[in-house]
Amino acid sequence: MFQIKNLKVDVNEKHILQGVSLKIKPGEIHVVMGPNGSGKSTLANAIAGNPKYKTTDGKIALGGEDLTHARPDHRAQKGILLAFQYPKEIPGVSVLNFLQTAHKAICKARKIAPMNPIEFRKALRERLAKFGLDATFMNRSMNEGFSGGEKKKLEMIQLSFLEPKIAIIDEIDSGLDIDALKVIAGGIKFLAYGGRGVLLITHYKRILQYLKPDFIHVMVCGRIVKSGSHKLADELERKGYKNIHHKTSS
Amino acid sequence: MKKGLTKEVIRRISKDKNEPAWMLEHRLKSFEIFVKEPMPSFGPDLSGLNLDEIIYYAKPGEVKNATSWKKVPADIKRTFEKLGIPQAERKYLAGAGAQYESENVYHRLKEKWSKFGVIFEDMDAAVNLYPELVKKYFMRCVGMHDHKFAALHGAVWSGGTFIYIPEGVNVDQPLQAYFRMNAKSMGQFEHTIIIVGKNSQGNYIEGCSAPKYNSPSLHAGMVEVFVEESARLRYSSVENWSHNTYNLNTKRAIVDKNGTMEWVGGNLGAGVTMLYPCSILRGEGARADHLGIAFANGNQIQDTGSKVIHAAPNTTSKIVMKSLCKNGGKTLYRGMVKILKGAKGASTHTKCDSLILDEKSVADTIPAMDIAENDVSANHEASVGKISEDQLFYCMSRGIGKDEATGMIINGFIEPIIKEMPLEYAVEMNRLIELEMKEAGAVG
Repeated sequence: MFQIKNLKVDVNEKHILQGVSLKIKPGEIHVVMGPNGSGKSTLANAIAGNPKYKTTDGKIALGGEDLTHARPDHRAQKGILLAFQYPKEIPGVSVLNFLQTAHKAICKARKIAPMNPIEFRKALRERLAKFGLDATFMNRSMNEGFSGGEKKKLEMIQLSFLEPKIAIIDEIDSGLDIDALKVIAGGIKFLAYGGRGVLLITHYKRILQYLKPDFIHVMVCGRIVKSGSHKLADELERKGYKNIHHKTSS
Repeated sequence: MKKGLTKEVIRRISKDKNEPAWMLEHRLKSFEIFVKEPMPSFGPDLSGLNLDEIIYYAKPGEVKNATSWKKVPADIKRTFEKLGIPQAERKYLAGAGAQYESENVYHRLKEKWSKFGVIFEDMDAAVNLYPELVKKYFMRCVGMHDHKFAALHGAVWSGGTFIYIPEGVNVDQPLQAYFRMNAKSMGQFEHTIIIVGKNSQGNYIEGCSAPKYNSPSLHAGMVEVFVEESARLRYSSVENWSHNTYNLNTKRAIVDKNGTMEWVGGNLGAGVTMLYPCSILRGEGARADHLGIAFANGNQIQDTGSKVIHAAPNTTSKIVMKSLCKNGGKTLYRGMVKILKGAKGASTHTKCDSLILDEKSVADTIPAMDIAENDVSANHEASVGKISEDQLFYCMSRGIGKDEATGMIINGFIEPIIKEMPLEYAVEMNRLIELEMKEAGAVG
């Protein structure tokens, strides 16, 4: 199980997360929704260990192991993986090379045998095809010259390859066309079927047409102000964030 | 073996090599210029270079035992080991051995291509074997008046390679000086001439990128390339001299109509390097590509760059340089592109990127352009930066450790140049840079 408890996070000396708690069991899909600036992306980055986000209080634990202050690579090896809202370009480093390096590092830490280069290439080609990407993507530099949709697909491919225990998916649905959105939603469902916890962070309800989360949490001003079933999304749609927040705090 | 340079030493060099009178005369004339010429008025501080303390010439064999394998510093031995260089070769590279079995490879290569009229010879031997040909080209590209170290080179040059590819021959196999390492070629003042005849092609690979350890502290070699009409030459080299060396090397090509010259180079070694390969595009439609990597670690200064002179219409040049500095190292890109009056339709593009790996290190760029014609296209891009924290976090969030992530980003940064290098260089360069990243100043 993945758990965060009373997490408080500062960014540039500003208190962004004011104490967030969540419990995510294997195979569950949790969605955190909230308006712009509510701290959703801060939550994603703090869980993954981005050094720009300072955790001042609280706890992050996976399977009972405290990872609150672990290095980002260590967290990933343990099974916390983040799909970025804005994936970074790494010029001159091919998708194949990058993923293979990550695969080896993770296998080494988990003490399992990595795929040999031939198997790996084959598996990557299949995965690319599944997400509708051409095999030539393998030899392209990481995210360089990729369209928005291609970048997001590559994030999902990375997650599925690196076998997370908990996948944090940050605003993956913004700027995607319907076809890409369906493919991405399919990828998320696949992760959950595989027994992986999913924390999906989103601004819009749109992606929820294609997958059914177990829980929805509403985040406003660095706090989760309401949690509920997938039906909460409809309520949000009707009332807007403001009223939900108002109702809870009154 | 005597330190310092006199006319007597020069006469001895010429006599030992059995040279024709014109060469001795050339040497003596160069010496006179060398004495009069001032030190370079730009670039890094050369005051630590004591020209009276240098041994300018030693007969092969004389210097061979100057370094015993036992005296080779441990860090150099370690680098050889990590690079997987064979034992015999290690000794040669460290100056502690002279035998290396790849001489056979050289002879096979030489014989195979001699059927097509290709000459691939040691420069010393070429002076006597092909006197007319050598005389026609020797220091006609870089003159003895060019600068102090060109004059010095003209006086004391020794060894090097002479390649002549006649008209209409495509030498599709790289000619490697590496294969004749046990010839007396890899000295401090080697002279290389490459002539590529009309419609011909060649590919020359100089030396090897493994660190060379030697006691002398000045390297002033010279490379002269003549690319004739519609011919093409690619010249690749990686220089990795020991850190007690001043590397003041001169490389220049003259390119005729529709010819192409490609310089691919890497500079890792030496304490101070000043090296700016030059292409003179004198024929219409001539083209030059300059690709290079410089890495300064510890107290090294890599003052490198390129020079292109567009002297004819529709000439093109492309310069791509990548530099890295770490642990107090300093890299400087110094470029000069000249477009002369009349070179209508000339086009030039320079891209130089520097990556500074820590707070102690410095990178700078001094690109200059001198354009005397209107109808031209000239542009320049430069970037000086650090590895971004966002990139590092992205890699680490995939389970990749910080050092490995840093290495991967660096390898990606130099990849556009590495992919143009001969395979053996590419592999070695990547390994060398990894080593340099791990231990500061390990090589040389």
